Amino acid sequence: MSLAYDNKTKRHDSPPFWTLARKKVVWAYIFLAIPIIFFAYIRIYPTLFAFQMSLHDYNPLAVEQPYVGLENYETMIEELGKPKSDTLAAFRNTISYVLLGVPIQLGIALLVALMLNEIRFLATFYRILFFLPFVTSTIAIAWVFRMLYQPQFGLFNIALQAFSLPQQPFLKAPQQALLSVLAVVVWQGLGFAVIIFLAGLKQISRTYYEAAEVDGATRWHSFRYITLPLLNPSIVYLLVLQTIAFLRMFAPVLALTGVEGGPLNATNTIVLQVYREGFGKFNMGYGSALTVALFGIILGITIIQLAVTNRRND
Amino acid sequence: MESVTPTNIFKDDSPSTGRHTNWQYKLFSYLLLTLIGFTMVVPFFWMLSTSLKPATEITRGNFFPIEGSFDNYQTVITETNLPRWYLNSIVVAVFSTVSVAFFDTLAGYVFAKYQFPGKRPIFIIFLSSLMIPTEMLLIPWFIMSNNPIIGGTWVDTYWGIAFPGVITAAGIFLMRQFMQGVPDELLDAARIDGVSEFGLFWRIAVPLSLPAIGALCIFNFLGNWNAFIWPLIITSSQDMLTLPVGIQFFSTESTSAWHLIMTGASLSVIPLLLIVIIFQRYIIEGIALTGLKG
Repeated sequence: MSLAYDNKTKRHDSPPFWTLARKKVVWAYIFLAIPIIFFAYIRIYPTLFAFQMSLHDYNPLAVEQPYVGLENYETMIEELGKPKSDTLAAFRNTISYVLLGVPIQLGIALLVALMLNEIRFLATFYRILFFLPFVTSTIAIAWVFRMLYQPQFGLFNIALQAFSLPQQPFLKAPQQALLSVLAVVVWQGLGFAVIIFLAGLKQISRTYYEAAEVDGATRWHSFRYITLPLLNPSIVYLLVLQTIAFLRMFAPVLALTGVEGGPLNATNTIVLQVYREGFGKFNMGYGSALTVALFGIILGITIIQLAVTNRRND
Repeated sequence: MESVTPTNIFKDDSPSTGRHTNWQYKLFSYLLLTLIGFTMVVPFFWMLSTSLKPATEITRGNFFPIEGSFDNYQTVITETNLPRWYLNSIVVAVFSTVSVAFFDTLAGYVFAKYQFPGKRPIFIIFLSSLMIPTEMLLIPWFIMSNNPIIGGTWVDTYWGIAFPGVITAAGIFLMRQFMQGVPDELLDAARIDGVSEFGLFWRIAVPLSLPAIGALCIFNFLGNWNAFIWPLIITSSQDMLTLPVGIQFFSTESTSAWHLIMTGASLSVIPLLLIVIIFQRYIIEGIALTGLKG
């Protein structure tokens, strides 16, 4: 729909001042007044405030918040150069979560969606089943998994023991903690991706498959040359959405491994580091600089998405 | 504009793909779905089972409680602030949802049905706020909530917990899409009959987009109910925690009292699960719909 100004109600010879078009303009602004104030005050102003804070040594407990220029950003780059720093761990782990979590989650979700699309009997039941974790509070889920991961009496170690396999430390070992956290997040978000894939699959006309079958295409051919290309919008949508979700990971890490993102920073994320700097140490200038970096990454991904989507529409 | 209503996405009676589905493939599908479905249920089962066990049974690893009772539930309800956290979560989620339902719908209607100078830039500014991660706003919001000159004393208040989400850009965008399907002729006819501008919205546009408003309300309620990071920051008094924040504090404090932790988790999860199972059709279709629109 075009947003162009409508010409139908333009001026007559001696128009009354309150034409319908003018009245509608006034009403539009009256209706939008509160949302405009809200976005200006609760969204735009704090955004600018965050940029401004990142240029100050901002500690709310101190008397002064001196302007330090780009010092916070310089500190961030310095920290990223130190092999054992919290900041480096936060960025490195966040990238690991994205690079591992997104493909694994979308891969499993696509598989489940393809199977759900084939069956009729119990289809709704399975759909609800996969969907339940998604609507459940992350914190409650994380604590349940924290118990499942326990040494000795945790269910996973009970299961390993039943198969005479060696016990695993899971969340307690730096080498396993990140994957253990990741598994919970993948598990919880699976149902959402399944629903989106399923909706995408239902949009694909079955005449394509019938035609392919007549031409002797195998199931793999149908998937590779019909399903995958036509599912592309859902895939791009989910790639972007889930990438951003993994970039913003916080609650499951806090609940599963504590505010330190332990052991030894093994599960720390950018947002957890923001929380530790901003609200633990009240180092809010540096915390803001970290959020600006996060914003930059998300903006970059959104721009790539727009470019891909526009190319597709041309 | 084509109107996709939430009821026609997943027609269960529609043939799936029309492909020749052989029985081995179907069997494999059911086996795999059951296997993955099993992993979806087990954590919930273990949570419930543990919540019914006495403390002495925790480390034994039995699947079903041997001496099961609801004692843990009584302990958690009477000895923690959990009922109060429940109330807080309900107040915040209901307040935000009502506000979002009204303002997002109204703004979506205006963007769909009115022409006014500045419409395009305002809409773009609203939408671009979606690109700002809320994490970037946490620190400024916290400063505002502690400073009466630029904000107020909002720490430990319902308004403090709720204010970031009382109007949402995503909801405005969603409602604009739906409001474009409301026929102009209908609005113009009512206008000639002397219906006020607000009356047009309230008595014509709103009733015609109730399914979309319903989907918006459900998402928003769930989102607020499970919100964590901002309520964690803005609350400090035990009486003002929301349910997820309360569960986090309670669980952290009662280290290794797993029977009580699982009871708290069960209490926070089960009522919502029941609601979700009842409304699952709307929720799932609503999510699919926003995915298709996105």
